Parts: sequence; C-alpha cells; structure tokens
Amino acid sequence: MIWLREGRGAESSNLAFRMTEAIRSKEGEEARPVGKSGFKAIRDKKKARPLRRRLKESAIHSFFFINGILAVIVLIGIFGFLLASAIPTFKEVPLKQFFISTKWDPTSPVKPEYGILSMIASTIIVTIGALVIAIPIGLGVAAYLSDVAHWRVREIVKPIVEILAGIPSVVVGFLGIVLFGPAIAKIFHLSNGLNAINGSVLLAIMALPTIISISEDSLNAVPQAHSEASLALGASRWQTLVRVKIPAALSGIIASFMLGMGRAIGETMTVLMATGNARSFPHGLLSSIRTMTANIAIELGEVPYYTTHYYALFAIGLVLFLMTFAVNMAADLILHRYQEREQ
Amino acid sequence: MKKRVIQFIGFLILRGCLYFVMAVLFLFLYDIIHKGGGAISLEFLTQAPRRGMTQGGIFPAIIGTFLVTMVTAICAIPLGMFAAIYLNEYARQSRITRVIRLSIRNLSGVPSIVYGLFGVILFVNILKFGTSILSAGLTLGLLTLPWTITASEEALKTVPNSYREGSLALGATKWQAIRTNVLPYAIPGMLTGAILGLARAAGETAPIMFTGAAFYLPFLPKSLTDQFMALPYHLYILATQHHEISLVRPLAYGTALVLIVFVLGMNMIATIIRYRLRKKKRG
Amino acid sequence: MENGKTKIETKNLDFYYGTTHALKNINMVCPEKKVTAIIGPSGCGKTTFIRTLNRMSDVVPGAKLSGDIFLDGESIISPQVDVVDLRRRVGMVFQKPNPFSKSIFNNIAYGLRINGLKDRQQIAEIVEQSLRHAALWDEVKDRLDENAFTLSGGQQQRLCIARALAVEPEVILFDEPCSAIDPIATAKIENLIHKLKEDYTVVIVTHNMQQAARVSDLTAFMMLGELIEFDTTTKIFTNPSNKLTEDYITGKFG
Repeated sequence: MIWLREGRGAESSNLAFRMTEAIRSKEGEEARPVGKSGFKAIRDKKKARPLRRRLKESAIHSFFFINGILAVIVLIGIFGFLLASAIPTFKEVPLKQFFISTKWDPTSPVKPEYGILSMIASTIIVTIGALVIAIPIGLGVAAYLSDVAHWRVREIVKPIVEILAGIPSVVVGFLGIVLFGPAIAKIFHLSNGLNAINGSVLLAIMALPTIISISEDSLNAVPQAHSEASLALGASRWQTLVRVKIPAALSGIIASFMLGMGRAIGETMTVLMATGNARSFPHGLLSSIRTMTANIAIELGEVPYYTTHYYALFAIGLVLFLMTFAVNMAADLILHRYQEREQ
Repeated sequence: MKKRVIQFIGFLILRGCLYFVMAVLFLFLYDIIHKGGGAISLEFLTQAPRRGMTQGGIFPAIIGTFLVTMVTAICAIPLGMFAAIYLNEYARQSRITRVIRLSIRNLSGVPSIVYGLFGVILFVNILKFGTSILSAGLTLGLLTLPWTITASEEALKTVPNSYREGSLALGATKWQAIRTNVLPYAIPGMLTGAILGLARAAGETAPIMFTGAAFYLPFLPKSLTDQFMALPYHLYILATQHHEISLVRPLAYGTALVLIVFVLGMNMIATIIRYRLRKKKRG
Repeated sequence: MENGKTKIETKNLDFYYGTTHALKNINMVCPEKKVTAIIGPSGCGKTTFIRTLNRMSDVVPGAKLSGDIFLDGESIISPQVDVVDLRRRVGMVFQKPNPFSKSIFNNIAYGLRINGLKDRQQIAEIVEQSLRHAALWDEVKDRLDENAFTLSGGQQQRLCIARALAVEPEVILFDEPCSAIDPIATAKIENLIHKLKEDYTVVIVTHNMQQAARVSDLTAFMMLGELIEFDTTTKIFTNPSNKLTEDYITGKFG
C-alpha cells in the first residue's frame, strides 16, 4: 500500500499522484461525483455544533478588539499618569509662575524657583532653528527624488535616507560633541561649541528623513494628469513642479513639516548632549541652552522621590506631551483635509 | 530660453540639497568608522570594563542591549500583530476605529523621555518591577508598539482580498480564513517591520535611563529584575559625564561604532528579507 | 413553471449597502439541477444579487437585507442560520480566478481541511475526483505540487471550480466566470457547466447574452436593481414579454 509509507504532508505531487493512481486502478472507471458517503459524515458532524463555533469566533473577535483598543488605553494611561504625577506640583507652585517665570532653580536652599519659560524658549529656539534648515533642504530633496532623479538614483538614495533615519539619537548627539562642536567653536570663536546652533543643526538632521519621505510620498501622489496637463500647456518641468505639483501636494508637505517639528520638540539625547544645558534664558543662537527634554533627563536621576521638584519634572513632561500631542493633531487634521479634497 | 535657465538653476539647487544630505551622512559614518575602528578589538568586544571604564571592553553593554531588545520584542511584536489584525480584518469604519488610529499616530509622536517618565511611574513604581531589564524592556515595548502595529497592518494589506473571500466562500469561518489564508502570507512582512522597530528601540537612551540602565555593573545581569548596561547609555555617559572624558574618547567612538553596526545591521537584515519577499512574489 | 423542485427562492428581496438601494423587490426561483442565468447591463445588480445567495453580501460594509431567501424551503437569512455551513453548501466561482498561492493540490485540499477532513487518503481521492469533474485532471496530474499561479487563466478558473466542487456543494454560483478568460477556455468552461447541472443547481451571472443562451435553462433579466423578466431561456431570447428585455436582447442598449 503506497500511501502508508508517506512522510509528513501529502505535498509532493508524485506522492499524491501515486496515491490517486492506486485508487484509480482500483476503481477502473470514470470518476463519479465526489465521495459523498465519507464527506457527509463530516458535514453532519459540523452541523451539530454551530453554536459552539459561533461562540469561539465571538471570543476571538473580542480578543482582537481588546488588542485594538490597547493603543487608546496606553495613550490615555500616559496622559493620566503624567497628570496625576504633575498636579502635586501646583500645591506649592502657582500655575502662572510655572509658565511665566524664567528662573528654574529647584534646588536652591534659599528660594526654590520653578519657572519653565526659559526651557520652553530654548525648545522653541532650537526647534525653529532646526526647521529653518530642514524644511528647505528636506523639501528640496523630496522634490528632486520625485521629479528629477533617475529611478536608479532613487533606488540608491532612499535606503541612504533610511540609514540616516536609523542613526540613534545618542550617536547624533555624540557627533554634535566631537564633530560639530569644535567646528562651531572655531567658526564663531567660542570656547566650546555646545549651544543652540549645534542643537539646531543636529535636530535638523534628525527631522530630515521624516520631512523627506512624507513630502516625497505626497508629491508622488499627485495624479499624473495634473503634471501632464501643465506640460501640455508648454510649462517647463520646473514650473510644473513649483506651480502645480507642490501646491497640489501642499497639505501632505505641510503635514510632514509638522511631524518633523514634533520630532524636534521631543528629541532628548541630541539636545542633551550638544546644547550646553545652561539654565538661563537663551540670549541668541550661540548661547548655551537647556530644553525641556534635556532638563528632565538631567534632573530625574538625582531628584528625591515625591518632592515638589520631582512632581515639577513630571509637570514638564506633561507640557511636552501636550505640545507634541497638539502638533500631531494639527498634522493629522491637515492630512485629512488633504485626503478629503482628493476625493 | 529663460524657462530653461530657471529650470537648470532650480534643479541644480535641488541636487545640491541632495548632495548636502548625503555628504552629512557620509561625514558621520566616516568619522565614527575611522575613529571608532581604532578602538575595536577582540578585547573591546568580549570583555568587561576595568579601571573605571578607562580600559577593558563593553561586552556587558552589548549583552544588556541584546537582552532588553528581546524583552521589547516579546512585548511589542505580538501585541502589534494582534492590534493590526483587529484593525485590518475585523474593524469597521466607525468612530472607535478612528479613535484607535488617531491614538496610534499620536503614540508614535510622544517624546521618548515621556515614555521614560511613564515607565518610571508604571513599571518601576506602581508595578514594583524596580529599575530592571523588565521595566526598561516594557517601556521600550510601548515605544515600539505604534511602529509594529503600523508595519503589521501594512503587511496584512498586501494580502489580496480575493484570498479572504475565496476562503469564506468555501465555508471557512472568519478566523479560519485569517489564520490559514491571510496570516501565512502576512507574517514575513510583519516580522520585517518588527525588526525595523526593534532596531530603533535598541538605539534609544531616554526610555531606559531611569528604568534600568546603569553605567557600571560588575556582573552580568542574572535575571530580568536586574539592572543592566546598555550601549546607548554607555555612549552617553562616556561622552558627557565620565571623569576622564578625553581619555575615554576613543572608547566612546568604539561604543558608537558597535551601536551603529548593531542598529544598521538589524535594518539591513530586515531590508534583505523584504527584498527577498518581493522577489518571491514577483516570481 | 414546471421545472421541478425549487432549490432557491427569493421573496421580496431588497438589499442596501450604506445609502445605496442595490436590489429592489426581487422575486426569483432557481429550480434544482437546472442552470439559471442572470443577464443585464453593467450595474444592474446581478453580481450583488448572486452574492446574497451565499450571504457573501454580508461582507460589504453597511450591508442590509430585507425580505427572504430560501434554500430547500428554509430561510437562510434568519439569525440562527449557520452562515459558514451555508457557504459550503452554496459554492461560488468568482469573476477573476482567485487561486490561493499554494500548490494545485493544496488549493483543493484547503476547502477539505478547513471543513475538518483530515484523512490523507480521502483528501487525495477527493482532490483527484474534483479535478476530473472540472475537466482539469489530465492537464495537471503531473504537477500537483506546483504553485497554482503557474496555470493559465482558463486553467486557474477550472481549478477554482474544482476547489468549489471538492467541498460538495449543492448549488454552484458563477459570477461572470469567463469574463477574464480567452474564448477557447471559455468554451471548455461552458461545456463543464453543462455537465455540472446533472448533479448541481447552477446559477450563473453573465454579461454575455450568447453565453446565457447557450448554457442556461432559465434566464432572468435585471436592470437597475430590479428583476424585469424571468422565464425559460428559449422564451426570453425568442419572444420576451417585456419591451425592456427585448431592447436589451436586440442590443438597443447595454
């Protein structure tokens, strides 16, 4: 009996063929409709338990649903825990002072100060600096990739951009210290190069891949028909790019800027290592600054648990969370208006 | 004629942007490989640090990063897959689905230090895991979750709908159809995306700084509840807080190089798998 | 109509998806072991209709069904109905051949395995018999473990037919099965349908009137979601009662 010797799985056609050959030679006639007797037994068996099957499917559905809303739970959880840990701050520190005062000196034995305005300003300065660099360059690269580059160039550049995106932030910060820092110090005649400009350049590098890939996707998504209509009217490729494609992809492009901005705001290690971390209010691009993210990273390790200082750090975290949340929601809205219009 | 000139200049500027970006990347990699290569030796890779980190190697940091990435994988990959299955196979267009997708997008934008804060509250304090591989791994797992969900969903989307319908029309239940005729084709893509997410997690410092990473530990971690050394944190300390900064600079470069090889290596593995997958589909 | 026992019957069937009213008050009867064809211009609802017969219509987002559909006299719409088993009893062949990315053997074995059949000998037996029944056996018997996508379009479609036959349905629904297939393969499939009606009830949607005339015993003409006329094929094509039917048949529109 051939089929008794088979291995796992009736995969091999040779085996299947031999098996069926054996059956055919046994029957020796044209095939009748499929073996009703054997199969009917299974059909009846299954018919007896549809309820159990339905319950099982229902349970599986619920299981996956719970996993689905996990993301929502985590988001709410982050917000909730931050809020709960931040609120005790304001028993000691008036809300207004927290946001308006520029002095952050929680460890002062005389009069602890909890003003985060300097940090907010630092975050804003370094973010704007990063965007000033990253937006034109990122858009430029995206436009080049989508419109000008030969497909072979694209095939090479896209992985390179992904490599850039994959460099860990701590390594970028490290390069800020060893590479850009000395360069900046030399150019501007400073004692060291750890300042806002350094941070801006590094953050720009970190935001670039986001801006490039999303802008490029948006430009590629502009229907061919638009470009062809423009070219058919006698416009050059450059004019088509600038006057037709970019405006058509504008929502996606702006969304990419906002997402890049969100990245810059939330970056920790890069600014921690490269901006100097002085607590004072920034007085220029060459000053040493301390962003909100850096501040948390610096002080959380040594702060005694459950003091006002401790809670204040979580309050800063809450502010950070709300800022990036707002930026992301704005980017989302813009992208959705874009999708709606395209339909 | 004027149009031509403007176009020429315009495209030239665009090309300049591209060259700038590529130049920056090559500059980075060159510097690290050049200066880090000098510090790499068998001793560096396989031995523990000595003499306050001015000598010896970074082996414990390599192990630590590996272990914490494993915990991250166990946490983020299954949860990501299950959530993606829900979103792509079961969910209907409804308010809840929109909220879920919104949450996922927002989670991917949360700063890494905020994840670190959350990890301190939830894993270190409330769940009392303390500063440990477990706490840090779970924190990184949450950070990676939006990524694995999105990547898994993309993989599921590439499975043609006709497979699902064909299965249902033969009398399969919904889960049967998914399990036997959708998942097998989607899993390779899911894993590729997962590896990319893990590569990112391996390079993160802020989430592990306060949930378990330590600078100098005399022994390798014996269990998930121990603290651990990690490559990114190690680099951070060597570069900014060590008492003999210039002396350990070469070690810092070496650590940076190992970290980059680790991260980019994982990226490359994922890309190769993805490339092979695409080839198999076409052929 | 003296056509024998009724296999499928729809009564006042209305179907909506979202705000679209796709099927309006369809009353149709498909007799056992006969071929019923459904013809009509694009968008008339014939595909939507045939998909309600095995409740694949449930898959459409926002689907709503009112009225009733009977299989062997029992309603298939009521909540107690086991949809999964219904779909085994009422098989479907889709417009575009959709073999799974598995071997030829496993494409057919798939339906058997998910319905609980484990015996390898039985599976192999049924696979062969299904392929013979679909007139494909001789062409593929030497390469059962090759991927199904190595087959030509016509062969893939016959594979899908064999796949549907393997789980032993009582009814087979064909949704424009030949629209993506070359004429020679189409002829083979039409012959197949002719043979199949000895054992199965067949409902076939087609936009090709000549095909309907060749293959079916009864024909239904639909337009804009309504059933305009339903009669024996001979009558529809030689002496239709409704002017719209006549206009469509003679090519005045569609």
